[in-house]
Amino acid sequence: MIRLRKVSKTYGRGPSAVTAIKNVDLHVPQGQIHGVIGLSGAGKSTLIRCVNLLERPTQGNVSVDGQELTGLSGTALNQARHRIGMIFQHFNLLTNRTVFRNVALPLELMGMSGSEIREQVDPLLKMVGLDDKSNQYPAQLSGGQKQRVAIARALASRPKVLLCDEATSALDPQTTGSILALLRDINRQLGLTILLITHEMEVVKSICHRVSLISDGALVEAADVGDFFTAPRTELGRRFLNDFLELEPPRALIERLETSPGEHSHPVVRLAFSGDAVATPLISRLARECGVDVSILQAKVESIQDRTLGLMIAELMGPAEKTREAIDYLETHNLKVEVLGHVQRDA
Amino acid sequence: MSSAMLELILEATLDTLYMVALSGVISALVGIPLGVLLYVTRPRQVMAHPLLNRSLGIITNIGRSIPFIILMVAIIPFTRMLVGTSIGTNAASVPLTIAAIPFVARLVEGALNEIPPGLVEAAQSMGATPWQVITKVLVPEARGGIFTALTVTAVTLVSYSAMAGAVGGGGLGDLGIRYGYNRFNPTVMLITVVVLIVMVQGFQSLGDYLVRKSDHK
Repeated sequence: MIRLRKVSKTYGRGPSAVTAIKNVDLHVPQGQIHGVIGLSGAGKSTLIRCVNLLERPTQGNVSVDGQELTGLSGTALNQARHRIGMIFQHFNLLTNRTVFRNVALPLELMGMSGSEIREQVDPLLKMVGLDDKSNQYPAQLSGGQKQRVAIARALASRPKVLLCDEATSALDPQTTGSILALLRDINRQLGLTILLITHEMEVVKSICHRVSLISDGALVEAADVGDFFTAPRTELGRRFLNDFLELEPPRALIERLETSPGEHSHPVVRLAFSGDAVATPLISRLARECGVDVSILQAKVESIQDRTLGLMIAELMGPAEKTREAIDYLETHNLKVEVLGHVQRDA
Repeated sequence: MSSAMLELILEATLDTLYMVALSGVISALVGIPLGVLLYVTRPRQVMAHPLLNRSLGIITNIGRSIPFIILMVAIIPFTRMLVGTSIGTNAASVPLTIAAIPFVARLVEGALNEIPPGLVEAAQSMGATPWQVITKVLVPEARGGIFTALTVTAVTLVSYSAMAGAVGGGGLGDLGIRYGYNRFNPTVMLITVVVLIVMVQGFQSLGDYLVRKSDHK
């Protein structure tokens, strides 16, 4: 539905030129929710603006719904844009128009008559749950309500594709949740293809089917969301995941960690497990079969789509050869084991 | 005070109002579009046209840099061509209008500049043409700012019109100078000033009301 081929965007010329995105290949099939995640300045905004040509790529092709956009300009481009909805971080509603007239705007632009517009707008307002706010102005609405209006507006021209530019970044966690739920419903009910950019793993986790990781203007990793959360392939991916899971050893422990094992020390390990491993009582088996006691310092279980992902930081207590055995045992059962360091046994 | 004097004051008040209204309306009709043009032809705007933008900018700046009293005298031939005479309220309205046009234009340009660029971007993402961006987004969103600009202009025109006496324009300023100052009549001077103050307050209140009514920010 959305296809970018070797898309690059460079600002300026010569030695002062800045390349915002380079050689991006991206394909979002019909009905998919695709997230592009990256740090600020990675080129996310430029990338999503290249899809509807708010930014014209300096190289490469963009096509949406089988239509090549990069070749279009003027009226033809404007008509193509009617089939691509877009929502923004700061909503971008017109302050001097009521909710109703904001949603009506894209239809006015298409030259629709008043009665046709009403027929289209009323059900949309109902869908986003704001049919009672029709005559209010944006200033009277909360952030979440404003984004709902923006979503209704983006859907008014019955687009096939919705672009979301950090759509929940200005909202509190609860509101974010409700907006994401709305986007998911729209995706399911209307079969709308959604491309979103975000810096929040939460957004990717809760609604995306597939995720691309952008760094320095290039897509460095692309994976189904379940795979990405269980086994990111790049260092940046791992960093995003760890930040998201907030699974760092407690500060007091970090201070006591030593890099090499001492005579009387225990390893501290980070365990990641997914799939079948979650259901297996591995920890108690470890005690029985390897004679190693496990002290759990932190643990977290996340369910991402149909998968379960567990993460744990634990101290393995036992003689050195036993703990080594225990690590081998865990690894043979498909756990990812990372030794964070060693702590001295308590006196 | 004689009734003749009161009549003079009333007449002068109406003259001032007439000059302000006439030059205000015409300068709004020309200045608002000019201000929009100054804004939309800027680089990276919807009708970006650097050459046109620079030319309009220079012309506007020239208009704004000529002192009003000099402009008034300098364009007397033009005024005479336009209204047939260089004396009276109609004649005085010509330099007032010419001075006010670039003033309005710059203020309107400033009001448009206050609109978050995201709104234009949103409209473009919906497939708005540049003309639609102007008529559906820029001007309606800047409505409050445009009313503020027109209020400032009206108030400025009240004080400029006082100078119109120099070319026989009439009005309150002229009355104040001729009777109050030249003929040592402090009462007339005082009344003139009070009427001007009330007039300015009136314009300001009307302007504020319109801004409040039109702007939903």
